[in-house]
Amino acid sequence: MKSVTVTSIRPRSRADATPAARAAGGKIYTPYKYWFYLPAAVLYGVLFVVPTFASFYYSLTRWTLFDSKFIGLDNFRLFFSEPQLVKGFTNTLIYAFVTSGSKVVLGLLLAVLLTSRIVGRAYLRSVVFFPVLASTIGVAIMFTVLMNPERGLINGALGLIGIDGPGWLTDPKYALMSVALVDVWKGVGLATLIYIAGIVSIPREYMEAARVDGAGAWETFRRIVLPLSRPATVTVIILSLIGGLRSFELIWVMTRGGPGFTSDVIASVIYKQYQAGFYGLSTAGNVVLFLVVTAIVLPLSWFLNRKEVDM
Amino acid sequence: MSTAELVNHKPGRNYLLSAVAILASIVVFVIPFAFIVLTAVKDRQQSALLDFSWPHQLRIVQNFVEVVQARDYMLVIAYINSTILTVASVTGMVVLAAMAGFVLQRRRSRWNPFINFLVLSGLIIPPAVVPTIWVLQSLGLFRTMSGLILIEIAFGLSFCILLFRAFVATIPRELDEAAIIDGAGPLRLFFRVIFPLLRSVIVTVVVVQSVAVFNDFVNPLYFLPGDQNATVQLTLYNFQSQFSTQYNLLFMNILLITIPPLIMFLFFNRQIVAGLTSGAVKG
Repeated sequence: MKSVTVTSIRPRSRADATPAARAAGGKIYTPYKYWFYLPAAVLYGVLFVVPTFASFYYSLTRWTLFDSKFIGLDNFRLFFSEPQLVKGFTNTLIYAFVTSGSKVVLGLLLAVLLTSRIVGRAYLRSVVFFPVLASTIGVAIMFTVLMNPERGLINGALGLIGIDGPGWLTDPKYALMSVALVDVWKGVGLATLIYIAGIVSIPREYMEAARVDGAGAWETFRRIVLPLSRPATVTVIILSLIGGLRSFELIWVMTRGGPGFTSDVIASVIYKQYQAGFYGLSTAGNVVLFLVVTAIVLPLSWFLNRKEVDM
Repeated sequence: MSTAELVNHKPGRNYLLSAVAILASIVVFVIPFAFIVLTAVKDRQQSALLDFSWPHQLRIVQNFVEVVQARDYMLVIAYINSTILTVASVTGMVVLAAMAGFVLQRRRSRWNPFINFLVLSGLIIPPAVVPTIWVLQSLGLFRTMSGLILIEIAFGLSFCILLFRAFVATIPRELDEAAIIDGAGPLRLFFRVIFPLLRSVIVTVVVVQSVAVFNDFVNPLYFLPGDQNATVQLTLYNFQSQFSTQYNLLFMNILLITIPPLIMFLFFNRQIVAGLTSGAVKG
């Protein structure tokens, strides 16, 4: 984005902008009308804010959309006592932290690689990034086929080098991690892109100074690139945690939460309970997801944004 | 030598590293996509082997026709639906978010912290599904395309407002003042002076959000169920069970659905990158 140099003096605030107008009675003409917010505010309020607040009430009820019966915290008690629902809760946390952590590490490594002088850089950047834009459902179906235990390409390739590949999506031990792997495959391009933007914005004088001081590649990375790409790291962590905690599509298409309920996450539990007609319970799941996301993301973003490194 | 190139420090190109990187990228990223294309043009028996091989016979046209004709041209209907959904909701997002972002940046008031809080909430908070259905139902918009369009706009607004607010800050206020002195009212100022200047960020928003809406699966699944007005992602999801023995058709479907984002990527790579990395650099 271009920055524009302002040549004339800009009023700091309304108060000192037009003293004459203030003296004239406090009414200042402004072309920035509040009703510009109105269409956006109505849509957002009706379709997002109202349902969010309504969810707190309806999570405490047995609900059929037409009438509701207040049952207190029963839905939440059920949510944390049924083993399959608890499994969804812990799986959500595992899935979010695994995908987020892998995206940070791989994204940073790929970004350093893709900003260095290697052959085919433009090709590599495109090919790493394209899965971000591909249809999630398409990717999910493709990997379901590739991860087929008997005929799949992945186990076929592993068989060639003498490894007996597991049933990626059919073995309860691996199902969740296999989906997480696909999530990383699809999302690492975005993390890489954000890191590339961060690295490219580091002033070149810093690198030159480091080199004059005799720093090697590792030292430069450790002392300059890593601390100065902190804003990028914060963005990647926050974005991928939010995405990971809310993720639904990959898991639903690849395993339906199975085998059994071993790869269920909160979002898939919400859908299953909704399909089964337990609207109150489904909404309670939504409230739990809301609490988990805010309880993790808000303190974390506050903590990460606190210590900024000055460029 | 650019800044970034100094990171690696080596004066020459590292050919060994390049070779390893390119080889790895082929295995990890190119082969899966090649697998989609190859499977999509195979015949039924060969595609059932799920192997990575050259098709015995190229059935590009036959498979294409079969997929398009499946279930009474459902894919065609789905394409039309997805196009309507994408165009309408992205247009709505751009206009509404530009208006809101413009006033949010220009007019400092005590409401601003609250509005910023709402905008950020929209990015973080997962939408409450059943209560949203309840609201839509009471408005008579559940299971309708217009309902889904409004949902997509509402959920996409936050991201767009942030981009517009940041961009409006780079347009000098003196321009507004000149327009007002020339007699422009609020609407005229916004639509005739500011809106045209937002062009580059509008392109970014349009490209990023249309890919997002086109690829969206969750919202149509919840708010527009049923076969009649399915979107392309839902069709693919439904085909998964229907074509469980016809992998060639399933993969042809994947291929057809991946083409629009691919075209966007080829033409608007720069804008997509600008939109997605806007939070990465401080300031």
